[in-house]
Amino acid sequence: MSREARAALFFLAPALFVLVLFFFIPVIAGFALSVTDFDLYAIGDIHNLRFVALRNYMTLLRSDIFWTAFVNTLYFSLIGGPLTVATSLLASLLVNAKAARFKALFRTIYFAPVVTTLVAVAIIFRFLYHGRFGMINRALDAIGLQGADWLGDPRWAMPAIILVAVWKNFGYNMIIFIAGLQNIPEELYEAARIDGAGAWKQFRHVTLPMLGPTFLFVGIVTAIGYLQLFAEPYVMTKGGPLNRTLSAVMLMYEEGFKWWRMGYAAAIAFLLFLVIAAATLLQMRMQERR
Amino acid sequence: MKKVLLHAALIAGGLLTLFPLLWMLAASFMSNGEATTYPPHVLPHAATLEQYRQLFVRLNIGRAFFSSATIAIITTLFSLLFNSMAGYAFAKLRFRGRERMFGLLLAALVIPAQVGMLPLFLLMKSLGLVNTYWGVIIPSLASVFGIFLIRQFMLSIPQELLEAARIDGAGEWRIYWSVVLPLARPILATLAIFTFMTTWNDFMWPLIVLSDQSRYTLPVSLANLVGEHAQDVELMMAGSVVTVLPVLALFLFLQRYYIAGLMVGSVKG
Repeated sequence: MSREARAALFFLAPALFVLVLFFFIPVIAGFALSVTDFDLYAIGDIHNLRFVALRNYMTLLRSDIFWTAFVNTLYFSLIGGPLTVATSLLASLLVNAKAARFKALFRTIYFAPVVTTLVAVAIIFRFLYHGRFGMINRALDAIGLQGADWLGDPRWAMPAIILVAVWKNFGYNMIIFIAGLQNIPEELYEAARIDGAGAWKQFRHVTLPMLGPTFLFVGIVTAIGYLQLFAEPYVMTKGGPLNRTLSAVMLMYEEGFKWWRMGYAAAIAFLLFLVIAAATLLQMRMQERR
Repeated sequence: MKKVLLHAALIAGGLLTLFPLLWMLAASFMSNGEATTYPPHVLPHAATLEQYRQLFVRLNIGRAFFSSATIAIITTLFSLLFNSMAGYAFAKLRFRGRERMFGLLLAALVIPAQVGMLPLFLLMKSLGLVNTYWGVIIPSLASVFGIFLIRQFMLSIPQELLEAARIDGAGEWRIYWSVVLPLARPILATLAIFTFMTTWNDFMWPLIVLSDQSRYTLPVSLANLVGEHAQDVELMMAGSVVTVLPVLALFLFLQRYYIAGLMVGSVKG
C-alpha cells in the first residue's frame, strides 16, 4: 500500500466507522427486521424471534390504518411540496428583482423560519390555529369571515399542517432559486427582449427552462423531506382528528416505539424508503425528458 | 407603480413570515391568560418575566437547555473533526476505489434515517446507550452531507501546497492539521453552524433514545410540556422563545457562512 493510501485509510477510518456501524448496518438490519416478527417478546428473549417472510408487508397492505397513513403522507407531499416550491420561486423572484431594495434584509426575514425549531413552530401554530382564541380566526373575524376549528376539523387539519410546512420551508428553496436565477446570463433576457418578449414570455421561455436543474434539486430535496412528515402532526394533532393527519413515519413510530412491534414497523419504514426512492427516480426521469 | 407593488408584496410577505415569531415573543411576556383575552392583545399590557420564571424555576427548563447545548456542542466538535478528515481524504489523497466509494456515500442521501432507526435503537440498547447523551450523539458524529461539503471545498486547495509540505518532510497529519485545515476555515464554520442547528432542532431521534425527563432536550421537553400545559399559551410561548432564540441568533450573526453552505450543497444535486 502506498503512503498516500495508508494515510487515506487513517483519515477515512473514524467517519466510515460511524457511518457503517450506525447507518449502513442499521439500514440493512432494518430490512432484515421487516421479515421477522420482532416484538416485545423478542426484546425480552431473542429466541422468540421468528422469520415470517413477507407477512408483515401482507398485513400492512391489508390494513386500513396503513393506507390512511400512506394516503395522508402522499396528500401532504403532493399538495404541500408543489405549494412550497411555488412559494419559494415567487419569493426568490421578488427578492431578486432588479428594482427591489433591502434585498439582504428580506432574504434574511424569509429565511428565518428555516432555522427555527420545528417543534416550537408546531406549538406556535397550534395556538394560532385555535378555534376560539387563535389569532388566525380573530383576523378572519375582523374582516367578517367565519373561521373554523382548524386542527379539530377532519377536513381542515391537513391543509393547516401543509400551511405550516410551507411557512417553515419556503425560505430554504428560495435561497437555491436565487442562486439559480443569478446564474442565468443577462444576454438571454436581452435577446428575448429584442425578439419582443414581454415580462411573462421572458419568464416562461427563459427563466423557467434555465431553472430546470434547480427545480430538480429542490423537488427531490422537498419530496424526501416531506415524505418523512412527523413532528408537525405529533405536536399539533397527535395524528387526529379521525387519523386525518396520521403520517407514515408517525405510524412507524407508534408501532415500533410505543407498541414495540418492531418487525411490523420496519416494514413500514422500508415501504416509505421505496416511495422516496421512486419519487426521486421519477423526478430525475421527468427532468431528462424535458 | 410597479416598484410600489413589488415592495408592497415584499413587505406583505415579510409580515406574514415574521408574524408567528413576533407573536410568540410578545405572548411570552404576557401574564397568565392575557394571550386569550377578547379583544385580543397583540402586545403585552405590562410586560412580565413571570412565564420565564415559571419555566426555569418550577419546570426546570434550564436542564433541557443544558442537555440540548451539551449534545449540540459535542456533536459539532466531533463531526467537524471526523467529516473534515474524511472530506480531506476524498479530495486530496489518491487511493483505489475513491470515486466509487464517494458515489456510494452520495447515493445513500436518499435513504431516510427512519429505515435504520429501529435497528439503531436496538444497537444502542445493547451498548447500554439508551437514555444517555451519547446515544443521541454517536449516530451524528459523521454525516455524508458533511463529508461532501468539506470535499467540495478542499478540491480547490492547490495540490502543490501539499506536495511542497511533503518535500519539506511534513507528516500526513501535519499536512492536514497545519496546512489544509487553516485554509478550510470558512467551510468548517459553515459545517459547524449546520451541525449545531440540525442537532439543536432535531426531534425524533432524541425522543426515541431519551426516556428520562431529566435528560430531555428542549424540543422533546416542549413537546412533552404542551400536553400538560395545553391551555398555558404564554408559558408555552416562553418555552418556544428559549428554544428558538439561540439558533435564530446564531443564524443572524453567521448567516454568511450558513447560506454559503446551502449553495455548495445545491451545486451538484
